[in-house]
Amino acid sequence: MASAKAARLGEEVWKSRVDKVNAELVTLTYGTMVAQLCKDYESDYLEVNKQLDKMGYNIGLRLIEDYLAKSNTMKRCVNFKDTAEMISKVGFKIFLNITPTITSWTSDNKQFSLIFEENPLADFVELPDDGRAQDELWYSNMFCGVLRGALEMVQMQVEAHFISDVLRGNDTTEMRISLIRYIDDEMPVDDD
Amino acid sequence: MSYYFAIIGTQDNPLFEYEFGTSKQGGDGVARFPEQARHMNQFIVHGSLDIVEEVQWANGSMYLKCIDRFYNNFVSCWMTGGNVKFLLLHAPSQPAATTTTRTSIANPTSPQTEEAIKQFFTEVYENWIKAIMSPFYHVNMEARSPIFRQRVVAAGKKYL
Repeated sequence: MASAKAARLGEEVWKSRVDKVNAELVTLTYGTMVAQLCKDYESDYLEVNKQLDKMGYNIGLRLIEDYLAKSNTMKRCVNFKDTAEMISKVGFKIFLNITPTITSWTSDNKQFSLIFEENPLADFVELPDDGRAQDELWYSNMFCGVLRGALEMVQMQVEAHFISDVLRGNDTTEMRISLIRYIDDEMPVDDD
Repeated sequence: MSYYFAIIGTQDNPLFEYEFGTSKQGGDGVARFPEQARHMNQFIVHGSLDIVEEVQWANGSMYLKCIDRFYNNFVSCWMTGGNVKFLLLHAPSQPAATTTTRTSIANPTSPQTEEAIKQFFTEVYENWIKAIMSPFYHVNMEARSPIFRQRVVAAGKKYL
């Protein structure tokens, strides 16, 4: 029920309230940035992952505001499952027009996976064939930071990381998201 | 028919090469250049670059058709908007194999051959665009992508 409602909401916002840009512009801009990071950090891919995550985090901190304004849902999600639905069917929908599949819940409902059937950031991309990028670089790692940043602003501390990527030759692109805790009070959170 | 396909960058530097034989008329897709002539392919293709520069402004299309000939070797060219040249050297099998059908298809400047090569180039061109859109590819870098190679092989099999 909640899922269908979220899907409808996402669809409606995407259609009526979102400015669109050319998909290739997004793909190429992001791609150029990742390639430049790889160059700047001399192919230290672990560091590149970290930087992408950090950028994403800073985006997420602001993006949540835009998300709330556009989707106009000031109602809190009742549980983490609800949150997952909103992330996939509203969040990803209105900003990228994709709805990653939610799966693999743990029994305590605190961990789930998002499977990206399509990933606009990764069109055309082939990872460098230096023998390390395939094992070390998470090309779309910015997504993890975005979710972490955005959810932190709505009192949820989460941890997100990719566990597989079609760019590496895996069958799916899968991100694992775990709820660490709800942040109760408004104390400033110490940033890493 | 044996083929040698090369992609030449804007500085006349080679970016990609691939040698194959025809898959039509029961061909097995293996190139059969005479052993003593095989190493000449690169020279012949490279030698035709001057002619490419002469004919490239002649008409507006990317497909320049058969532009050069060196004995039994014919060179066809496709020029991308970014000044990258696709060159295909095609050498009909030696007349030793004289069957009537063989000679008729092997005519390297016939409209059918031209059309087949055009289709091959078009498909390679589409895949080339995809390959160079990868953010990790730089202009005039050797095209090492295995996916791109696979697709060129497939296009060769399909059309030539």
